[in-house]
Amino acid sequence: MVGEGVMAMDKALKEPQVVITDVHKSFGTVQVLKGVSMSVRKSEVVCIIGPSGSGKSTLLRCINALVPIDKGSIKVDGIEVNDPKLDELALRRRVGIVFQSYNLFPHRTALQNIMMAPVHVLRQDKAEVEARARKLLAKVRLSEKADSYPGELSGGQQQRVAIARSLCMMPDVMMFDEVTAALDPETVKEVLNTIRELAAEGMTCILVTHEMGFAREVADTVHFTDHGRIVESGDAKAFFTSASDPRTREFLTQVL
Amino acid sequence: MSGSRFFSSPRWGSTPRATLFCRDTGLPFVDLRWPAGILIVATFLLVAFNADAQSGAARSSVYAILWKWTPLLFQGFCLNLLMSALAMAFGTILGALLGLAQISLLPPVRTGSWALTQVLRNSPWLVTIFYIMYLVPFEVKIGGTVIPLPDWIKATFGFTLPVMANVSEIVRGAIRSIPATQWEAARSLAFTRRQTLWMIIIPQCLKRMLPPWMNLYSILTMGTVLANIVGVSESLTIVRDVLASERRTDLLMPMYAYILVWFFLYIYPISVATVRLERKWSVKG
Ligand SMILES: Nc1ncnc2c1ncn2[C@@H]1O[C@H](COP(=O)(O)OP(=O)(O)OP(=O)(O)O)[C@@H](O)[C@H]1O
Ligand SMILES: [Mg+2]
Repeated sequence: MVGEGVMAMDKALKEPQVVITDVHKSFGTVQVLKGVSMSVRKSEVVCIIGPSGSGKSTLLRCINALVPIDKGSIKVDGIEVNDPKLDELALRRRVGIVFQSYNLFPHRTALQNIMMAPVHVLRQDKAEVEARARKLLAKVRLSEKADSYPGELSGGQQQRVAIARSLCMMPDVMMFDEVTAALDPETVKEVLNTIRELAAEGMTCILVTHEMGFAREVADTVHFTDHGRIVESGDAKAFFTSASDPRTREFLTQVL
Repeated sequence: MSGSRFFSSPRWGSTPRATLFCRDTGLPFVDLRWPAGILIVATFLLVAFNADAQSGAARSSVYAILWKWTPLLFQGFCLNLLMSALAMAFGTILGALLGLAQISLLPPVRTGSWALTQVLRNSPWLVTIFYIMYLVPFEVKIGGTVIPLPDWIKATFGFTLPVMANVSEIVRGAIRSIPATQWEAARSLAFTRRQTLWMIIIPQCLKRMLPPWMNLYSILTMGTVLANIVGVSESLTIVRDVLASERRTDLLMPMYAYILVWFFLYIYPISVATVRLERKWSVKG
C-alpha cells in the first residue's frame, strides 16, 4: 500500500505529456467534439469510456493528427498538433495508435510489419530494428509467428503484432482504440495482458475501452465522454464506485 | 461471330469476384470453358470436311489449300500477337500513370485524367484507331533522321489508347478497393503518402489487378483483327487476300474457322489461367 502511494505521488509530480485544451471538431454539420480538455502525465494510464458515437475515436485520431481539429490545442511533448507547420513525423514517432481492426499490412509478415516503419520512415539500421522487432515479438509472446502473414494469425495474435508494430517506433505515448472489441473472450485476455505489462513498465497509455473491469484495474484516471464532451473525470477507483453524474451512473449500470 | 456463347457476360460470371472485375474494366469477362473449345474445333472440322466433300476431284482439297497458305497466315497471326504485345506494354505503362493521376491530390490532375480515361474507355476501339491512323503521320523526323511509321505501328498506337484507359481504370479500381484503414494505419506510423502508395497499397493491388489485366490482354488480342479495316496485313487481312486470290466460295468458312481456331488456341490458356488466378486469390483474399 505504501509503495502504491509513493508511485501515485511520483506520477502526480511528473510533467503533463499530453495536454488537450478546448478541442472542437465537426464533420460537416455534425459536431463531434465540443470543447474537450484533459491532460495526461508521463506514465499515466488514462481510460476514456462513453457511449458509442460520443467521439472517443475521433479524439484519439485528433491527438496524432490523423484528423485535423477545428479549434483548440493539443500538445504532445510540447509539439502543438493544431499547427499548419506541424512536423507529422516528429509527432507520430512519439504517439503510437492501435486500432480495433488491427490494420496490419496483409502482404508482409508479422516481423516485416513491425520493421517497416522504423526502417523506411525513421531510416534506422535494419539489423538493429530487426533485433528490436524480435524482442517485441517475444514480449507479446509471438516469437514463433515472426514469419507468418497476418492472414495466418488469429485476431488476438494480429492485435498483438499491431501493438508490437507501434512499439517498435519507440513512442512515448500509446493509444489503444477499443483494441479488444473485435476479439472473442479467450483472446481478449492475451491482448489485455500485453497492455497491462506496458502500463506496468511506465508507458503512458490512453485507452478507449469497453472492458470496465480492465479499466478499473489498470487506469489511473477515467474520463467519461458523452455527446462530444467529457462529462466526468476522476481517479479510477473512485470513478467506478462513486460517479456523481447521472449519465455516467446510467452508463455504468448498463455496462457493469 | 455470336460472341455471347463464348464470352460469359458479367451476369454469368462464375464467381462474384468475376463480376467485380468486369465492373473494374467495363469489359466482358472472357471466361472460356472447355465446351467452347470443343465446339470451335468441331465446327472447324465439320466446316472443312463439308467443304472438302463438295470440292471436286479436279480441284485441290481444302486442307491442301489451307496448308499452302499456312505460312502466310502465320505471319499475319504473328503480327496480331506483336501488335497486342506492344499495345499492352505501352498501354500498361501509360495506363498505370494515368490511373495514379486519377488518385492525385491535385483536383485538375485528378479530373483531367478521369475525363481522359472515361472518353477513351467508352468510345469504340475502331474510332480511336481511325483517329490515330489519320492523326499520326507516316513518318516522323527526329533531328536529321526520318523514322517511318508503318500502318501496323500506327494501328498499335491506336490499340494502346483504349488499353491505357482500361488499365487506368483497373489501377484506380484496385487502389480504391484497398480499405481506408490501411492508409490510416500507414499514416499513423508516419509513412508519407508516396511511401504508403508504393510500399503498402500498390503491392496489395498487384494481385487484384492481374486477372482483369490478363482479361484485357485476351480482349485486345482478339481486337487486333480490327486492324484489317485500316489495311494492316494481319491475319484477317491475309485471309481476305487469300480468299480473293483463290476465288473459291467453299473456302470461305474453313478459312475463317481456321484462323478462329488459332486465336482460340492462343487465348484459351490465358483465359483459363485468368479464371484460376481469380479463384485462387479470391479465396485467399
Ligand atoms: N470521418 C468521419 N466523417 C464523418 N463523420 C464522422 C467521421 N468519423 C466519425 N464521424 C462521426 O463522429 C461521431 C463520433 O464518432 P467516433 O468514432 O469518434 O465515436 P466513438 O465514441 O469512437 O464511438 P464507438 O464507441 O462506436 O467507437 C459519430 O457520429 C460518427 O458518425
Ligand atoms: Mg470508436
